[in-house]
Amino acid sequence: MQFFVQQVLNALQVGSVYALIALGYTMVYGILTMINFAHGDIFMVSTYLAFFVATLLLGLAVPLHPAIIFLATILAAMFGTALLAVTIERLAYKPLRTAPRISAVITALGVGLFLENFMVAFKPVGPEPRFVPPLFPLVNFTIGGVAVSTIQLVIIVASALVMFLLDVIVRRTMVGMAMRAISWDKFVVPLMGVPVDRIISMTFALGASIAAIGGTLYGMAYTIDPYMGIRIGWWAFISAVVGGIGNIRGAMIGGFILGFVEIFTPVVLPASTYRDFVAFSLLLVLLIFRPSGILGRPSVQKV
Amino acid sequence: MRRPYLLKTLAFLEVLATVLGACGPAAATKITVGLNAELTGGIPVVGESCKNAAELAAKEVNDAGGLDVGGTKYTIELMIEDNEDKAESAAAAAQKLVSAGVVAMIGPNASRNAIPAAEVAESSKMPMISPWSTNVKTTIDAQTGQPKKYVFRAAFIDDFQGVVAAKFAMDQLGTQKPAVLYDVASEYNKGIAEVYKRTLEENGRPVVAFETYTTGDKDFSSQLTKIVARGADSLFLPNYYTEVPMQVQQAHKLGFTGPAVGSDSWGNLELITLCGADCEGLYFTTHYAADIATPKAQAFIKAYEAAYGKTPDDVAALTYDSFGLLFQALKAAGKVDREAVREALASITLYEGVTGNMEFRGTGDPIKSAVVIQIKNGKFTYFATANP
Repeated sequence: MQFFVQQVLNALQVGSVYALIALGYTMVYGILTMINFAHGDIFMVSTYLAFFVATLLLGLAVPLHPAIIFLATILAAMFGTALLAVTIERLAYKPLRTAPRISAVITALGVGLFLENFMVAFKPVGPEPRFVPPLFPLVNFTIGGVAVSTIQLVIIVASALVMFLLDVIVRRTMVGMAMRAISWDKFVVPLMGVPVDRIISMTFALGASIAAIGGTLYGMAYTIDPYMGIRIGWWAFISAVVGGIGNIRGAMIGGFILGFVEIFTPVVLPASTYRDFVAFSLLLVLLIFRPSGILGRPSVQKV
Repeated sequence: MRRPYLLKTLAFLEVLATVLGACGPAAATKITVGLNAELTGGIPVVGESCKNAAELAAKEVNDAGGLDVGGTKYTIELMIEDNEDKAESAAAAAQKLVSAGVVAMIGPNASRNAIPAAEVAESSKMPMISPWSTNVKTTIDAQTGQPKKYVFRAAFIDDFQGVVAAKFAMDQLGTQKPAVLYDVASEYNKGIAEVYKRTLEENGRPVVAFETYTTGDKDFSSQLTKIVARGADSLFLPNYYTEVPMQVQQAHKLGFTGPAVGSDSWGNLELITLCGADCEGLYFTTHYAADIATPKAQAFIKAYEAAYGKTPDDVAALTYDSFGLLFQALKAAGKVDREAVREALASITLYEGVTGNMEFRGTGDPIKSAVVIQIKNGKFTYFATANP
């Protein structure tokens, strides 16, 4: 029983990270029907932003309150990552908005490769793995025989909070309404006076900031390196597809499903090596029987 | 037409040499040893350490009046060839040394160069000792699967660390419920992990968990939860220093309190930077420790530091031991002859080296002890010598 609860907790931690990144994939897809394959690498850049800001703030001559450092690091990482995502959208994706969709997808892959290799070549980053310095005390304790750590609780609680806030933004605000409207019809909505370009930029910024929140916390629990975005990006992408790409609640559910796949594969099957096999099989089966994902609406061909 | 003349000249030179040899104390009594090192190319640091240690080994023997082989004192002369860290150059350098008539060749160091050079040494029946190569194929004939006759090495092979680590975990840590977490996608990690498991099983202490992951994984919580749930009291992590810190930290998060043991892939100070207090007190096996306590090692380290102004690394120590092995074999053979030296090398029952005691049992791979290092106060500290 303790074993099971422990594994569920592990799965929630991993799933939270996947869900936060999956949101970025799904939001961009929802609005542009384009898969931003650079999103995993944007996540990677966010962890380095957090690393540098945290190192800088912790090294100041005048010590700041830990809570201020924590908030400042997260906000700086969010802002920097949002700026990067918007810049990428403007420079790389916008010129291709009317081009065939495959062009934008290939460009996204290229942007991802650029970010990875730029970070390797960039002297202050380099290929060595690092940790984001701890911004709050990392304590391990046990509750009823189940091991819990502060970082684990922060990751799970913060992700839940972010997902709730995003749900509110998308469903209750004007910006959210505009996003949903554009995803519904890209041609009529501009005629209603909705600034499409600005809403698209905001979508990229929002998705990137959410990834940055995840990235800051992730970097305290796991090492970061320039190639980390590849694997985590793929898993988050599968999460988004499983949940129904374009559907925000679906991405959250998909993230947790993939978190459970990651943790429970080695428990049920003989080795962890089956993880990717299980994850991609799930993707295949789902694409065959429910191509629009768990919560996705079936696409209707408009005539 | 010119042959008689040439012969006459040769005969004259021979007489001259004999006369000079009889008069001068050391003029003709020298042994030439070939060195096939990575002086340029991708790993020049390895080549430099190798050359430094070789020159030190030769100088020490010469300063002491030469090497006593069959009652005659010989001085040691080095013939140094650069293999440019390329397979074809390594083979060419080996060929050159064969033609030059050196008694034996030390090097190359990297397995990618040692394997082709070993082919040349084997077919030319010239003894070769690679200081640093750890790949099995260096001393094993790929076609027949039989050990090569003329190729030796001073380092232990990768898998051997599994045996040493298992013995260390049983004897020194007294582990009753050992567990392993290793990267199944990497040959090095997998090889060592499997040997570790087998050795423990043979000694009646089967592992309680044998968990895998794939290169690039960052979350090991599922596997570690299993390991903790099975009551493991020690953890073997034959993985690279970039991944070990996360594995140790996550194990601690999940309530694992026992010791962890690793292999020589831990041997980078980056490990301590990443791991911090979590890795304090852990152990790993490796070739050699710079603060090892044996008098022989201390003497070598002191001499090396005096000559080159830096601490010798594992290549330097292993090169020095390669020469030590060769000198001991020459003494035992009693004559400067390739075949005799090979026989003597293959039947060395005890060589006390800087990197530990060595023995050869029919193959070119030494049975030797490994060094166990403990991480103490943020430093790699010599802990024990683990015998096979």
